[in-house]
Amino acid sequence: MSTFYDEVQEIRARYPEARSAILPALRLAQERHDGWLPREAFEEVADALDLTPAYCRSVASFYDMFHLEPVGRHLVEVCTNVSCALVGAQQVVEALEQELGIEPGETTADGRITLRLVECAGGCGWGTVVAVDHRYREPVRAEDVPGIVQELRNGG
Amino acid sequence: MAAEGVREIVLAGSKDRDLTKLAAYRAIGGYELLARAREMAPQALIDEFLAAGVRGRGGAGFPMGRKASFLAKGTGKPTYLTVNADESEPGTFKDREIMFRVPHRLIEGCLITAHAIESTNVFIYIRGEYLHEFEILRDALEEVHGAGLLDGVTIVLHRGAGAYICGEETGMLESLEGKRGQPRSKPPFPAVQGLYASPTLINNVETIATVPKILELGGAEYAKLGVENSAGTRVFSLSGNVVRGGNYELELGASLRSLIYDLGGGIPDGRQLKAVIPGGSSVPVLTADEVDTALDFDSMAQAGTMLGSGAVIVIDDRACMVQLGLRVAQFYMHESCGKCTPCREGTRWLVQILHAIEDGESSQDELELLLDVCDRILGKCLCPLGDAAAMPVASYVNRFREEFQRHIDEGGCPYGGASSLDHVLAPVDQHTGTPVPQEATA
Repeated sequence: MSTFYDEVQEIRARYPEARSAILPALRLAQERHDGWLPREAFEEVADALDLTPAYCRSVASFYDMFHLEPVGRHLVEVCTNVSCALVGAQQVVEALEQELGIEPGETTADGRITLRLVECAGGCGWGTVVAVDHRYREPVRAEDVPGIVQELRNGG
Repeated sequence: MAAEGVREIVLAGSKDRDLTKLAAYRAIGGYELLARAREMAPQALIDEFLAAGVRGRGGAGFPMGRKASFLAKGTGKPTYLTVNADESEPGTFKDREIMFRVPHRLIEGCLITAHAIESTNVFIYIRGEYLHEFEILRDALEEVHGAGLLDGVTIVLHRGAGAYICGEETGMLESLEGKRGQPRSKPPFPAVQGLYASPTLINNVETIATVPKILELGGAEYAKLGVENSAGTRVFSLSGNVVRGGNYELELGASLRSLIYDLGGGIPDGRQLKAVIPGGSSVPVLTADEVDTALDFDSMAQAGTMLGSGAVIVIDDRACMVQLGLRVAQFYMHESCGKCTPCREGTRWLVQILHAIEDGESSQDELELLLDVCDRILGKCLCPLGDAAAMPVASYVNRFREEFQRHIDEGGCPYGGASSLDHVLAPVDQHTGTPVPQEATA
């Protein structure tokens, strides 16, 4: 397995300027740190791209897909923007809250599942969109929720 | 399908077969137009784009040929083509379908356009959430590379990481340069100083995917499709309270009514149409009485709204317009980049006032204040995001004034919990930030 530093150098070579590789480098770092970006992750990205850890953190904090605190092993994200909301996104959110026993933004006590609300996911005509570990499920109805949660609980 | 106005150009051939593989796309003539384009002088191609009269499909509707002709020449710097695949305008999911159905048409369009502007450096900025579409495009690019079709052009697929504002062209350039995606002040325009301070052409996915057809038909012939000032087709994203949501490619000037009632199957559960958002959540709303407005730039402008991203959101009579305004304002507040004051502060004011009206905690003055805040945002921001919040909210008040008034007069929502948008949680409502340690709360 190649080192993080080496992988980032490969990505860096695609761009005229090293800094352009910061989003892919942060994504890679996040994958290697259990889905979030602890202090060491910023130090690694900074080292690989000749930036400062503070700069890397300032960029990461701008983007919704970077997590600055720990998340569960699985990420369940529900779109509640207008198109999904009109067809029952809130009922899907409530079913997930009930099934998981947590509120949006929280992680189950066993560290398995994080529930998040997201802005328009781009599946508006097929809503409600639920992304499970970044894979879209469309459409999801409240009655589909127990099956999805069971699948994640069985899956490890 | 014999429904009125259907004409597939961008999505042509993709519904009855899988065109994601190179061999399948070549079997329907794919990349033949690229070969033809490379025999042509670059300016001759730009002349075709100009003759086609094709306007940008991202939302602003700027003529694509003119944008290409603005590119600075002889700067000694490379020229960049940057494709905006950061589709995030609420209601819009057309670029996504173009990418997962006809990735090669997009790539062929990139290569033809690159030749037209004498560029060998292409970036496709795809929103981070579109993982499946990224994988399809990545695989398609590998096939194109393997087949030797790139001919010295590099196409870099760059994934975003969740920020609506990166769909604004200069926000996207900042993001591509490895910064927070905060829009730049213009001028200088990207055609002169864009990516890495070099001349840059930025076009939407659908616009670029239209390019092969423009070349096939010839610009003058393409211009005959659609109506005056609105040449060609658009892929309309239909969503909300409609039986068959989805993407429908229609000739511009097609009937909004037919899109909703014929193609879309009408409003489900015997409900009545209340309102239509015709171009993504940032545009002013149309009332049910205006459903005969044609789907083209000028007709929408005459009706006081915009074609925008072509995202048609259908709203039935269960929806409370104050709640709709609140949810839309919450989105723009969440996505405001924070760089300029009218947007950063104004979107928060909109959310607070709309909350108060919905909760029955506002007076008549606050309804006027809401419109005043909209006015203090409109046209006063660095980029269009502020307007994108103010325009729809002001339109909901102006076109559904009576409903807003009832909230004030009756001390709360007249729907009494029965609205389809009742208590919808938004991302701005959820817990974020570092958890408070136990000892701090003890």
